[in-house]
Amino acid sequence: MSELDVQPALVCDLLVSFLREEVSSARLERVVIGLSGGVDSAVVAALCARAFGPENVLGILLPYRTSNPDSAADARRVAEQLGIPTRDVDISGMADAYLQASGVKDARRRGNVLARCRMVVLYDLSVEWCGLVVGTSNKSELLLGYSTQWGDGAYALNPIGDLYKHQVYQVAHYLELPEGVIAKPPSADLFEGQTDEAELGFRYADADRILLRLVDRRFSEAELVAEGFDRELVRRIAERVVTSQFKRVPPVIAKLSRRSVGHDFRYLRDWKR
Amino acid sequence: MSAYNARMDCRLAVAQTNPVLGDLRANLGDHLQRIEACAGRADLILFPELSLTGYFLRDQVEDVALRPDDELLRPLLEASKRISIAFGFVERSPEGRSYNALGFLEDGRFLGVHRKVHLVSYGLFDEERDFAAGERFAVVESRHGRFGPLLCEDLWHVPSAYTHFLNEADALLVASASPARGVEAPGPGLASQRTWSILLSASALLYRTWVGFASRVGWEDGIGFGGESRILDPYANPRAAVEGIEPGLAQARIDSATLRRARSEVPLRRDEKPWILAAELARHVPLLSALRAEHALQHE
Repeated sequence: MSELDVQPALVCDLLVSFLREEVSSARLERVVIGLSGGVDSAVVAALCARAFGPENVLGILLPYRTSNPDSAADARRVAEQLGIPTRDVDISGMADAYLQASGVKDARRRGNVLARCRMVVLYDLSVEWCGLVVGTSNKSELLLGYSTQWGDGAYALNPIGDLYKHQVYQVAHYLELPEGVIAKPPSADLFEGQTDEAELGFRYADADRILLRLVDRRFSEAELVAEGFDRELVRRIAERVVTSQFKRVPPVIAKLSRRSVGHDFRYLRDWKR
Repeated sequence: MSAYNARMDCRLAVAQTNPVLGDLRANLGDHLQRIEACAGRADLILFPELSLTGYFLRDQVEDVALRPDDELLRPLLEASKRISIAFGFVERSPEGRSYNALGFLEDGRFLGVHRKVHLVSYGLFDEERDFAAGERFAVVESRHGRFGPLLCEDLWHVPSAYTHFLNEADALLVASASPARGVEAPGPGLASQRTWSILLSASALLYRTWVGFASRVGWEDGIGFGGESRILDPYANPRAAVEGIEPGLAQARIDSATLRRARSEVPLRRDEKPWILAAELARHVPLLSALRAEHALQHE
């Protein structure tokens, strides 16, 4: 048993209740999800299928011409198992119209453009489908800032944003999602051979244990080092959390008037819903 | 008046509700429906904290604050001629302060208003920005018994329930809007609700009292509320409960005969020595006042 373990049945009950209530408070009954073939979007799709019935969940496959074909195959397997309808939208044309014309070579920039193209399609199809876009970023990614702002970081609701990667896996097992989807190395699949852990330079298993202490348990970095964690790794992760804060908050608005959006105009999103 | 002599025989209902944030009319309708559903079968119905308004009000506090004589409350006052009602609302005082309050209605009038004393301003909470704090714990003398109203965090501070204990309340009425948090294994259940269970049971045992706990459910911007409303007897046995995080109702008969037996068996109130605490407070409070004054000077 891991210190990160959650009670998956309880988590699923809570998240199904959350999804139903927050979607209905937007006066909607349906959702769209970008299905990557990875474990995060598989868990979100499974939770949504429970919450709304599979027929109300649209899984959208958004491959680019260099995407690993296994990703789409895995996404389709997840959709078949859950019984949710899917839509395929190849983003190569729209992405290359910009990337090639502008000669963008930098892998990070290209990755961000792909993520934002996917966002454009998800939000457009959400109108056709009359559903909310449900996000698939987990807590590890959110805290490490491992996402594209306004790309995969754009959504109306996120049921798994308070679950570390370890906990997402646990819930995925509980939901009996395909073993291949759970077992494969996490990847944003933005360029060939990319894996999260290679790009980050550390393993989620280590990051999760450090983040659990830094964030949830309010340990200091010194306390973590005293407990035996690698000083350099702790420092890097703590720094990532700080430098990615901009991705986790709304944009900064200059306050000029007597009452400003984002400062002292204080209402929840669920205002009178 | 001593609770030992008083005759209480009250059919208590605790309502587990999911208020719509900031929509007084929708919530009033929900209250009336639930009251109607148990009228004739209950003598007193307890609703959760801020049951008429929803919890994370922020700038909506101004919009939903009501004076006790507000016309909007008329249907509730009318209903209280048939069943006593304890409900959560934002009370607007004549000076313009807003209180997180629990109103107690009976026979068409306000029998009492408990203003939350221990506002929470840590973690998820920012109540001290939006509300003024109450200053006392007063027992409500109802035709159905002597009730000690408390709002959520109040129960975490020992003097709150202790004051009701000294004043010989028959039952604590705890209204709550408590976030559902802590899903770590092995559980079982939510850590937040396990904590409440301990607090409520300890209160029943330490004060040898009935405890009614009305706890809201639902979600506000991704913050879930934990539910698990219940009624405990003075031995801390659950007499009725709403399981889980759906709206519902729990009902049980709470009586003075059980109280008398429990208090004869373990006469904690009889044997309590409040003068020891009084002597300690006499030592501490002047010191605290001096410290506070000094602190204020330093920060001038």
